[in-house]
Amino acid sequence: MDGTQAALPSAAQLPGRGAKISLVDLEKRFEGVGAVRGISLEIGSGEFLTLLGPSGSGKTTTLMMIAGFETPTDGDIAIDGHSVIGLPPHKRNIGMVFQNYALFPHLTVAENIGFPLKQRGVDRATRTRMVADSLAMVRLPGYEARYPRQLSGGQQQRVALARAIVFQPRLLLMDEPLGALDKQLRESLQLEMRRLHADLGITFVYVTHDQEEALTMSDRIAVVNEGRIAQLGRPEELYDRPSSRFVASFIGESNFLSGVVRGMEEGLVVADCSGTTVHALAAEPLLIGTEVTLTTRPERMRFADTAFPLTGRQNRVRATVTEAMFAGERCRYLLRGEDGAAIVLKEPSGAGTRRRAVGEATEIAWSVADTVVV
Amino acid sequence: MNRPALKLFVAVVLLFLALPILLIVVVSFSSAAYLTFPPPSFGLRWYRAYVASSEWLAATGLSLSVATAVVILSTSLGTLAALGLARLPGGARAAVAALILSPLIVPGIVVAIGIYYAFSRYGLIGTPIGLVLAHTCLAVPFVVTSVAASLAGFDRRLEQAARSLGATPWGAFRQVTLPLIRSGVLVGALFAFITSFDELIVALFLSGSGAVTLPRQMWDDLRFAIDPTIAAVSTLTIGLTALLLGGAHLLRNRSARA
Amino acid sequence: MSDAAVITDIPLVRTFPVRPFRHTGAVLLVGPLVLFMVVFYALPVLAMLARSVTEPSLSLANFTRLAHDSVFLHVFGTTLRTAVAVTVGTLLLGYPVALAMSRMRPNAAKLVLVIVLLPFWTSILVRSYAWMVLLGRHGLINEALLAAGVLDTPLRLLNTPIAVHVAMIHIMLPYMILPLSSVLRQIDAALPRAAASLGATQWGVFRQVVLPLSMPGVVAGTLLVFVLSLGFYITPALVGGPRDLMLSQLIAQQVDLLNWSYAACLSATLLAATLLLLALCQMVPGVRGAFRLGVR
Repeated sequence: MDGTQAALPSAAQLPGRGAKISLVDLEKRFEGVGAVRGISLEIGSGEFLTLLGPSGSGKTTTLMMIAGFETPTDGDIAIDGHSVIGLPPHKRNIGMVFQNYALFPHLTVAENIGFPLKQRGVDRATRTRMVADSLAMVRLPGYEARYPRQLSGGQQQRVALARAIVFQPRLLLMDEPLGALDKQLRESLQLEMRRLHADLGITFVYVTHDQEEALTMSDRIAVVNEGRIAQLGRPEELYDRPSSRFVASFIGESNFLSGVVRGMEEGLVVADCSGTTVHALAAEPLLIGTEVTLTTRPERMRFADTAFPLTGRQNRVRATVTEAMFAGERCRYLLRGEDGAAIVLKEPSGAGTRRRAVGEATEIAWSVADTVVV
Repeated sequence: MNRPALKLFVAVVLLFLALPILLIVVVSFSSAAYLTFPPPSFGLRWYRAYVASSEWLAATGLSLSVATAVVILSTSLGTLAALGLARLPGGARAAVAALILSPLIVPGIVVAIGIYYAFSRYGLIGTPIGLVLAHTCLAVPFVVTSVAASLAGFDRRLEQAARSLGATPWGAFRQVTLPLIRSGVLVGALFAFITSFDELIVALFLSGSGAVTLPRQMWDDLRFAIDPTIAAVSTLTIGLTALLLGGAHLLRNRSARA
Repeated sequence: MSDAAVITDIPLVRTFPVRPFRHTGAVLLVGPLVLFMVVFYALPVLAMLARSVTEPSLSLANFTRLAHDSVFLHVFGTTLRTAVAVTVGTLLLGYPVALAMSRMRPNAAKLVLVIVLLPFWTSILVRSYAWMVLLGRHGLINEALLAAGVLDTPLRLLNTPIAVHVAMIHIMLPYMILPLSSVLRQIDAALPRAAASLGATQWGVFRQVVLPLSMPGVVAGTLLVFVLSLGFYITPALVGGPRDLMLSQLIAQQVDLLNWSYAACLSATLLAATLLLLALCQMVPGVRGAFRLGVR
């Protein structure tokens, strides 16, 4: 072991169990093409941060730069205040869970989990104990002697997780760790990872393209698009106050109305959308005459005559039902506004609601507080 | 091993692989009367010597005609066998495949003296026919594996579809199966040609004095007198082989795209 | 159709022995080649091998005599030594090449593959000739060393075991590199990365992950080269010395002397060793695939 002195410390050695990470103007170009184009991000100790974005957005490249598998073309990465540029991956002391787990097929579960301990010169007896502990932690006690191919996808996932945390790193990176699993398994493992995060108290950086996964698990989400951070915030912030059309459509479903600003009123934007006046929240005052896109979520809209009234100030538009689909817990309607714009409305199913017929003329309403200028 | 050291090592090994062959090519264009390196000047002297020699030309002609006959025989027998092999039940298929592929494994000298022993009794020593029969056995494994590989990607339902559309079994084979495995057949034929054209051990025993193939002629030359004519002949065979393999490669790519 | 017809149809179908005829087509397709190979290849070879146990009388005496035959033992020793040297040589030279190929960009790897395949498809005769030119008393290596003043008198290189080893390593290298590189290429690129992220050094990644995962390729390449080396004839005959005969050369020599029973006995031994090693090779898990890829 030549590098233990230079390596980053493990969780036991520093106050605050999680590492603090700062990315400063991080850039990565592959043969001139920018994959990451200036990402700056402060990740707090013990935070669960998710990099969310479509494939090719640069989220995985960013993760690989933190892990040390890619060298930034420009910018800096600091962990606990020390720049790690030039530090090889094996000296960074970062746990990592790979996309298809990357379990060593020629080693047993115990040998896989013991691998990082062996690299660190931990003696056999201690290794055995620590492997058993971490298997217990991921709820797979007694699986030591199996080979990866003898495990189900979910079990392989847990072993990969155990292997990545057994050496008590202060930072755990995860690259789409649940991508290969079916929906039900994914949901139960999401819960488990949250629990693990709470138990360990270390920093998690999680990469996914699944917005639902990001919303359920993260403390904060950085939405990445075309090599840049499109928006950074808590899940509720991103969902309720998307800052751009990209974020609004990438996270959840959104309706978009285009309009022209007519004025400001009590901090709200008053816009004219094809003759209908709509009020919306805006991050900053807008000039009269500015063309804007307003967005709102389908499940925040109601038919104006429904039995569930909205509170506070409302926007209302007239529309015609063009399609109605029953989907169990809710009904999904496709409507056409008077200006021809398509609108999606989701209504919870139940005794208080009435199924609308295709062709029915109706009025829909939603809270001004649920309307955002993007 | 770190990266620069690995790269250097690999470069040295690749030089080791390529240089001896390039050397032959360079020597063949030498104008010197004997082997020297680097050649004092370049010219076609040894190619002219080759063309002027009736021995070399006769050997070349014999090798080309034997190889052509081998291609015809091994490709037709091998293609039929590959088609049949896919339809045989497991046990029989394994046994037949073992027989067909065994020339790849059985040491050349064992095959050579076995055939020599039998053919000498039928007066086939020193005849082109003996060479054709023996070389066909050695070439067939290449045809069968090549055609079988192209059949592996062939959907039997296509043939069934053709039958359901009114084609006779022969019509379905000719109009559907054959066009789809054609490149596999051609690649097999090319390998069969090269196998026969390069073959020496069997030829040493079978060619006697009446049927001297090109490799046999080269062998005799190497054992008794090395003059650079053989470098010219070697270069020509390298060129021919490269040409045929380039063709096989193109065919394979085309069938991969199809 | 009447009920009676249906009833009579059923036993007809049942009683006709369908199975033997089911593969008629396949048998007709395979038959000609099988017949051809049995007549012109399999029977001749088997008949020749049979002479090892039928002459002078039906017994295994020829084989038991081999155990005390000093000529055979010497030749067999030379053959084994040569095969081991060639195998070790190709493994040591070939593994780094295969490893580098697996890490290259596709285009660079293709170029290297062409360089590896170039000798693969050049006739053994031509390659042996190249080594005669290089290693001869007035060959390139001696001339260069004399000219550089390293030597006063030319070294004896040609017609020595060293010449045989070098030329055979040159010829066998592609057989080692191809199965190795096909196995190395199949290793998931995430595995070395995972090992590094878990704290393994570059050497540690190689020793603990890459090397064990490439073992099927190592076994396949080693056995392939070893088996093929056992049967070499042309190269040792051209560049080897008269005192270091390989088994194939001894067999050819005995045929020239019309000593058929001895030649057959040696052939059977060579064939048995070959088949035994190949059977061994098939038993190692993961080797079959690598082996097949290597041959093609």
